[in-house]
Amino acid sequence: MDGIHDLGGMAGFGKVSYEEDEPVFHEPWQATAFALNIVGIGVLRNHNADEYRHSIERMPPIHYLQACYYERVLTGAATLFVEKGVVDLDDLEARAGGAFPLAMPNAVDPMADLAPQPVARFKIGDRVIVKDIHPKGHTRVPRFCRGKTGTVLHVAPAFSFPDAAAHGGVFRKEHTYHVEFASTDLWSDAGAENESVVVDLWDSYLDGEAS
Amino acid sequence: MSAKTKIASPEARTEALKDALSEKGLIPEGALEGVIHTASEEWDPKNGARVVARAWVEPDFKKRLLEDGTKACAELGYEGIQGEYIVALEDEPTRHNVIVCTQCSCTAWPVLGLPADWYKSPEYRARVVREPRRVLREMGLNLEKNIAIRVWETSAETRYMVIPCRPEGTEGWSEDRLADLVTREALVGIALATSA
Repeated sequence: MDGIHDLGGMAGFGKVSYEEDEPVFHEPWQATAFALNIVGIGVLRNHNADEYRHSIERMPPIHYLQACYYERVLTGAATLFVEKGVVDLDDLEARAGGAFPLAMPNAVDPMADLAPQPVARFKIGDRVIVKDIHPKGHTRVPRFCRGKTGTVLHVAPAFSFPDAAAHGGVFRKEHTYHVEFASTDLWSDAGAENESVVVDLWDSYLDGEAS
Repeated sequence: MSAKTKIASPEARTEALKDALSEKGLIPEGALEGVIHTASEEWDPKNGARVVARAWVEPDFKKRLLEDGTKACAELGYEGIQGEYIVALEDEPTRHNVIVCTQCSCTAWPVLGLPADWYKSPEYRARVVREPRRVLREMGLNLEKNIAIRVWETSAETRYMVIPCRPEGTEGWSEDRLADLVTREALVGIALATSA
């Protein structure tokens, strides 16, 4: 989905805050929220990592930006426990003593129509074009590289295709490629000539340059 | 419902979810504590620092690390969740590497630890892909124009770590002493390894 989570290249943000010797967790609830999600994925098998990422992506943008990382983790995990009927929202709110905001529902028809690519179609050095797709559900193609042409630096092993895994689609594995884009091709900024961005992209997100 | 007019604190919401799941008997004893222990004690950027130090002193290990980062990190005992496919990126005098995950905040937990807040911030995620030289300068790393910058976007399952350049004047140093030069920041690429 073209959501708030897809932040790469978005303008208007200020300096990065940096904390010296930052602790792993600032408050105990953050550790608990993190652990609840890991247990939800790894032990309870309530949801998978792609459903989890997408549950956070579905948070209303204002809530997303105002929440710290672990509040997003909590919101995403709680949304999936409620949606799958494991816990009840009214019960959670009664226990919490206030509102428990969740993510928005999944889109109808969330997946782009992308043919599975079980065999690696590209090799190191190939020029590839990223499909200009805008699925309503989960996808891992950042907006900033859609429609852009880059060069394959590395072919990674085949991994589960997230757009399908996040939405109960047919399981499929595809190779991913580390595709390098010249920053000047992405944004045409002056002064960025010696900079590039390498994006890790699943096979079916890509077309060959000549096709 | 008046109880719903005010949003409960994240702490109260976390407790509510934990209690609701616990009362249904869904959380095995010690499961949450086990995850928290691993995240707090075992996933540590010092692990990545040891990998880098080993690569600096043992050319054969560095070769293995660059060829198969997952296997090389596992040699030192660093493997597992979010470390299933590790790729090490070697800095060169004329090319610097920096890591980001613009869409969430993926990192190689076993070698880098859970990411710091700055890595997870909208500011870093939005800006470092578009204006890396400026963001790095703001964070204290001034790279001249002639040094190329590659920003690695963690958009799939590869988990990256940076092998910074070994500082000059560290010839003959022990692996432990070298590992102390490699910070969490250097492993992501917002800082260099320095002996100063």
